[in-house]
Amino acid sequence: MNTHASQMTAPLQRRRSWFSLIAWGVLLGVLAWSWQGAEMQPSLLVTNADNMATLAGDFFPPTFGNLGHYINQMLVTIQIAIWGTLLAIIVAVPCSLLSSENLVPWWVYQPMRRLMDACRAINELVFAMLFVVAVGLGPFAGTLALFVHTTGVLAKLFSEAVEASDAGPMEGIRVTGAGRIEEIIFGLIPQVLPLWISVSLYRFESNIRSATVLGMVGGGGIGVALWETMRGFQFAETATIMLVIIVAVTLLDVASQRLRKRFI
Amino acid sequence: MSIPTINAEGLNKSFGHRQVLNDISFRVATGEMVALIGPSGSGKSTLLRHLVGLTCGNRTQGGRVSLMGREVQASGRLRRAARIERCRTGYIFQQFNLVGRLSVLTNVLVGQLGSMSRLRALCGRFTDQERQRARACLARVGLEELIDQRANTLSGGQMQRVAIARVLMQDAELILADEPIASLDPRSAREVMEILSRIHAEDGRTVVVTLHQVDIARRYCHRAVALKDGRLYFDGPINELTDERLQALYENADLDELRASEASNGEALPSDRRDRTPHTVVTPVLG
Repeated sequence: MNTHASQMTAPLQRRRSWFSLIAWGVLLGVLAWSWQGAEMQPSLLVTNADNMATLAGDFFPPTFGNLGHYINQMLVTIQIAIWGTLLAIIVAVPCSLLSSENLVPWWVYQPMRRLMDACRAINELVFAMLFVVAVGLGPFAGTLALFVHTTGVLAKLFSEAVEASDAGPMEGIRVTGAGRIEEIIFGLIPQVLPLWISVSLYRFESNIRSATVLGMVGGGGIGVALWETMRGFQFAETATIMLVIIVAVTLLDVASQRLRKRFI
Repeated sequence: MSIPTINAEGLNKSFGHRQVLNDISFRVATGEMVALIGPSGSGKSTLLRHLVGLTCGNRTQGGRVSLMGREVQASGRLRRAARIERCRTGYIFQQFNLVGRLSVLTNVLVGQLGSMSRLRALCGRFTDQERQRARACLARVGLEELIDQRANTLSGGQMQRVAIARVLMQDAELILADEPIASLDPRSAREVMEILSRIHAEDGRTVVVTLHQVDIARRYCHRAVALKDGRLYFDGPINELTDERLQALYENADLDELRASEASNGEALPSDRRDRTPHTVVTPVLG
């Protein structure tokens, strides 16, 4: 048995080393190819060092004259993220159940998954530009953009939790003669709820980050101010806005992480 | 005889090319306590799942199941009324299948869902009377002091008793128990079997329990139905299930089954026995 095993492993190892050699070759090839496409020119960093130093100098010192206005705009940004995420959660719950293999037949979950893929594939900024045309400039367009994109993301994450759930408790409810929906409410939701809450909070964090740039395309929030000051070369103002964003995002990330840990 | 509580006729089931159930027919009368025995992989659990409609038989080969005179499935298709029959049938799983994050009390109350109004069931609004009854059911299995605990904090034996309380809550006329003691320690196993047999004796419930320990089957059940390789191998009073028949039931089985019997008998089985064709056994069907 032993000799047989060693006879087997020798060619296997040789094949493995060939395989890893080829894999490394392919990896290096892809890196070189992308270097060209991305027009990587590290030398520019050295030759343009003076320009960059001037630019960086323009950011300092930040001016705090309009700080109140920026904080208000940051609050609007957070409000956009709150409603965008909440609407997404409400819609993602049924959509995720309808895109779970273990709950519905393929002719339901396949179209539903493709629909969610579409929501997810298009970036929030693109949706924001579309909604600006539909509902006009302002935070509402941004909220709708976040809502549609986040629905796609959450539906996928929610349905993955559903598909990884244990079928036992649901069968336990089914055999008592309960209906399909009761089976989901009592047998499934308690299992997946902690994960759903955690995933939703995480999406809320990342939606705040996304909402800070929605204003650049007219979606409201602090992005408007960010865009205006940058286009007007008022970099000292830009620096203030960036500080506001960094502080707000950090605080909310920490708060949301604390909250998430409670649910896992 | 009146309408049998369980009436299974010509059940066939294949998973892929493997036939797990092969033309199984049997009846169980009201008030019986029947042991369903057989080596692992003989189709006991599959058969029990067919009875309550968790699994449906092959579509092309006919075969029907009716419980308490109402059809649950026929020709591999589930009847719409199957849900009503499930309300009257309690089912106990080897792995308990409680909802771990819900309290013990809620896990018992769930037994009521099928017979509540839809709206109340969806909102999970149980009346005080129902809560009272759930407490009483938990008291019967000796767990009334644990009602507020989460189900996943219980031991295996306690979980199985909660599952029995859920069946009591359903007020089920028929109790199907799929290996209820297979994952329990001997003491919890005895407690669970005692509770089941008490429910059988005191409430006159019909009980079908799959077991792989024949001595336990002998202690608690009067009748045995034995499966081997998906065929009905024996059906009759358990005292007619003699040691020779048991030997034949468990031999020719998979390797681990052989080892288990070797260990318990303390003697090795001659290898030629494996190839011998099994006895054809009389199957006196009680009717």
